[in-house]
Amino acid sequence: MHYQVEPAAAAWNYLIRVRTMEEDQMERVVRLASQSAVVIFSMSSCCMCHAMKRLFCGMGVNPTVHELDQDPKGKDMERALMRLLGNGINTTAAVVPVVFIGGKLVGSMDRVLAFHISGTLVPLLKQAGALWL
Amino acid sequence: MQSFNPTESESTSPLYSHSSFIHRGNDANPNPTRFSDLQHSFRQHDAVDLSSSSVFGAKSNNMAVVASNLQCGTFNTNLGGAEFGSTVVGCVETESQHMYQRGNCSATMPMGNQYVEKWADDSQHTEDTCTDIDTDDKNQCFSTVSWGNGVGDGALVVVDSQDQSKTKVKPEDQKTVRRLAQNREAARKSRLRKKAYVQQLESSRVRLAQLEQELQRARQQQGVLIANGLTAERGHSVVGNGALAFDMDYVRWVDEHQRLINDLRSAINSRMGDNELYVLVDGVMAHYDELFRLKSIGAKADVFHILSGMWKTPAERCFIWLGGFRSSELLKIVRNQLEPLTEEQLMGIYNLQQSSQQAEDALSQGMEALQQSLSDTLSTSSQGSSGSGNVAEYMGQMAIALGKLATLESFLHQADLLRQQTLQQMRRILTTFQAARALLVINDYVSRLRALNSLWLACPREY
Repeated sequence: MHYQVEPAAAAWNYLIRVRTMEEDQMERVVRLASQSAVVIFSMSSCCMCHAMKRLFCGMGVNPTVHELDQDPKGKDMERALMRLLGNGINTTAAVVPVVFIGGKLVGSMDRVLAFHISGTLVPLLKQAGALWL
Repeated sequence: MQSFNPTESESTSPLYSHSSFIHRGNDANPNPTRFSDLQHSFRQHDAVDLSSSSVFGAKSNNMAVVASNLQCGTFNTNLGGAEFGSTVVGCVETESQHMYQRGNCSATMPMGNQYVEKWADDSQHTEDTCTDIDTDDKNQCFSTVSWGNGVGDGALVVVDSQDQSKTKVKPEDQKTVRRLAQNREAARKSRLRKKAYVQQLESSRVRLAQLEQELQRARQQQGVLIANGLTAERGHSVVGNGALAFDMDYVRWVDEHQRLINDLRSAINSRMGDNELYVLVDGVMAHYDELFRLKSIGAKADVFHILSGMWKTPAERCFIWLGGFRSSELLKIVRNQLEPLTEEQLMGIYNLQQSSQQAEDALSQGMEALQQSLSDTLSTSSQGSSGSGNVAEYMGQMAIALGKLATLESFLHQADLLRQQTLQQMRRILTTFQAARALLVINDYVSRLRALNSLWLACPREY
């Protein structure tokens, strides 16, 4: 009996552990995001992340970059980010890059570009204290 | 035999009348009445010139000069100086009288009158003197006689006028003849010009027909190429289909776009109200959205085809950026042609141009990084030891490369989003009328690029 309950309990425990870890990472992500004015979660091999970094550097912003592939909990963080971004994201597409400005989630590259073109990115950066001009 | 020395007079008085007078004098019959002829012709010439107003002022001068010449000692005559002077004066007087008779205005009028009086007084005297003179001075005598005769009554005038009318006809004839000749010349020239123009038109027509033919041929060639692309790649028929399908959709889209733009243009020209214009402008903007939708479908089917820009004309392809037009370039074109803009609008457009430029740069750098990493991946796969391990490594590298290639589509997607959002933001900044004009300007630019392309294809280049 004790033996029979184990697998189910183990499975359940595992799920809870995963979920906790995710939540941990979620917390961690949020915590990390609030630490700087501009935080980018990226991957060193991702070229779109490279473009994102270039964009901010070109504007004169100095973002804090967290490379998920160099973090031991990177996978979980990636999942957490995926959840943050919402269910509409295609799971096969890359999650990163994800940008937080002033602790608040902005989103992926398309969101950032949309904000930039509509002229709301710069005020947002100024508000967060990332731009001084 | 006294003879009037023409050269002296000629040197001092270059007027036409004078020279022809001289000429006449030379050609005149060599009879002793030459002097009288001279005298007559002198008078006639002067009279003729009297009738031409242009030499009017000079006329009196001429007369005075001639008179002085006559006076000046070219004559050695036995006539008394007084008589001679009087005859000369008479001559002058006659001329003045003629002037007077003709009713021409002259500054020398009063002088003429004076001379006339004197002449009237001296007439008899001259005549008498003349008859007394020896035959040595026959010429002069005769001339004086003629003068005298002329002087005696108003017949001089009549005679002279008769002579004058006779000689007047010839120069008049000459003028008419000259005029006719000029007319003929002008007519001939204009005929030649007309002929040349017609020839030019004909050759241009031929050239136009040639150009149209070549254009047709080039268009057919392009169509053939697409068809060839499809048939030659049986194995990649799916891919070919995707490209071909997009090409056909794009051609349809361009035609529809042109129709919408023409409607917009006629709306602007007919000064349509803002409300209707708004609808038309929104229609064009929605049509642009349709293009981006088509492109995303095409990119999913064949990303390389979209990226390569093979669906654009070659000239447009020159300016391609990440599978489409460059937003900042478009804004530059629009900005120059959109005066007047308010301060706010100018700032808005400038900022938009700035941000789209930054976004383009970022995406371009991302693309460069992608290319670099792709080439790194492919180059590392070529290294490695021989053996079965190599194949696995090879497959592994290929998988990574495939993964990297997948990001191509996302770059293309981002680029199209950028283009779409730039257009929408531009629409938001401008008024309806300005936006309509901006769309027309963009269309003009693209049309010209396409026309340039056609011309380039049509022009035979012989190197």
